Amino acid sequence: MTTESPAKAAEAVKPVKGAGFAIRLESLAVLAVLLVALSILSPYFLSVSNFLNILLATAVIGVLGFGATFVIAAGGIDLSLGAVLALSGVVGALSMNALNFPWPIGILLCLATGCLCGAVNGFLNTKAAIPAFIATLGMLGVARGLALVLTNGVPVYGLPDEVLFIGQGRPFGVPTPVFIFLIVAGIAHFVLGFTRFGRYALVIGDNEGAARAMGIRVERQRVLLYTLSGGMAGLAGLLFAARVNSGDPTAGLSYELTAITAAILGGSNLFGGRASVAGTLIGALVMGVLQNGLNLLNVSSFYQQMAIGTVLVGAVWLDQLNRARVHR
Amino acid sequence: MSLLEIEGIKKHFGSVEVLRGVNLAIDGGEVVALVGDNGAGKSTLMKIVTGIYQPDGGAVRFEGKSLTGRKPDEIRRLGIEMIYQDLALAKQQDVAANIFLGREPTRRVLGLPITMIDTPRIEREAEAMIRKLGARLPSVKYQVGKLSGGQQQSVAIARALTFNPKLVIMDEPTAALAVREVEHVLELIRELKRQRIAVILISHRLTDVFAVSDRIVALRQGVVVSDEPVAQTSMNDVVAHIVGAA
Repeated sequence: MTTESPAKAAEAVKPVKGAGFAIRLESLAVLAVLLVALSILSPYFLSVSNFLNILLATAVIGVLGFGATFVIAAGGIDLSLGAVLALSGVVGALSMNALNFPWPIGILLCLATGCLCGAVNGFLNTKAAIPAFIATLGMLGVARGLALVLTNGVPVYGLPDEVLFIGQGRPFGVPTPVFIFLIVAGIAHFVLGFTRFGRYALVIGDNEGAARAMGIRVERQRVLLYTLSGGMAGLAGLLFAARVNSGDPTAGLSYELTAITAAILGGSNLFGGRASVAGTLIGALVMGVLQNGLNLLNVSSFYQQMAIGTVLVGAVWLDQLNRARVHR
Repeated sequence: MSLLEIEGIKKHFGSVEVLRGVNLAIDGGEVVALVGDNGAGKSTLMKIVTGIYQPDGGAVRFEGKSLTGRKPDEIRRLGIEMIYQDLALAKQQDVAANIFLGREPTRRVLGLPITMIDTPRIEREAEAMIRKLGARLPSVKYQVGKLSGGQQQSVAIARALTFNPKLVIMDEPTAALAVREVEHVLELIRELKRQRIAVILISHRLTDVFAVSDRIVALRQGVVVSDEPVAQTSMNDVVAHIVGAA
């Protein structure tokens, strides 16, 4: 019972509900297996404080993953997530630290930086007709480079207490980022699954010509989707900076890899038309548990990179099998 | 005043002149067949009517209102629907979502200024429309990509008829269908005519064209080369117009 025919494996990849709720059941199974295995392998794994650690580590990846989910729903890709996270954190930290702006302005600037980068991605993708892959890859280079230029490559230390609460506070004993993560998850789930905005994202990814013929403003929708994705990277940048008390230009290196993996693992179709925020949440948890477990087992972070890469390719392979079945 | 008036429509793509001054008028409840070879400009002309393309010259009026500069969603709201040859369906969405695509009714969430798609209403009304058309579908919650070709066409037709259109454009509606399904589509066109809904039928199948049309308009190299009532023409004449032998 170790080998399965591809057709049989594809049969198991069944969306639970409609295109906006497609959760890949395997991701839950993988999560369960990981939880059981790590509980046996590490005596430190099964504890409330460790689970809160996992959720805390998952928060940043999860928020990025939600941004990736919306873009992937529409058949796009955003490779600039990690770099935009870093640039947003740096801009926020500089504004509050070097420029002494009040903290609400700093937070706004952090989020606005993310949105602006996303909007540029969107315009490049639609008005200039540059493939999303290239536009966001370019943004990856520019945003990361700009973050390094602004800081001379040195993290900007020292943020206001209010901001630190966002990253390090523990209301009711639960880290603040976990609350923010779960609230954002709830909102994102509602938007993707229940609103026109989410429905149109899925339809554009499904059949762009049909979306156009039915009067959906495809270009406008795309720009908004990339702006949303950039905004999520801005929020993730805020969470990250607040947690480490600095705007680090090297923050979030290759996080887009993990975020996209979380989305695909959660059942989003890399080629558009099907996506799920709840799925991405599970996918992000799988990634978080995996990293946490490898840390507890003293596995070098070099191997962790390899693990993430392998999971991504495996998840896309499953997705391909599923696609072959849906588009018969 | 005709329902739809097309006057001197021109359209070029790069240096290729696809439409070179097309004139055409269609009255309410009239079934007009648009015939012509591949590349004659039929689809381009219809995409100008539905707002997917903007013309380079000329005017289109619907019930006296100019359509120039209007977006596809506005033109749909005015009462023009098109059933595309590829059906323009989102295959990973369900039947109900496809029928209401682009015009989903929404409702407020807890009285807040936030709106969500009114799925129960969509499913209820989609169900009613499917039943009215007599189409056999497993459920309006069924994913469209899993339906047969004929069933998918029923979904596309239901979508075009749900919002009380005044003009329905059908692009090759019978090309991919089995004999029994073709008869069903032709009967549907007759029913639309009885309800005073105008139909523009694009088709290569002249037997279908002669079976339901009031008038046959032939397009060749971007101009109308003939526009005759079906009673005053013959299959041979129409073929001659299409290929340019007459």
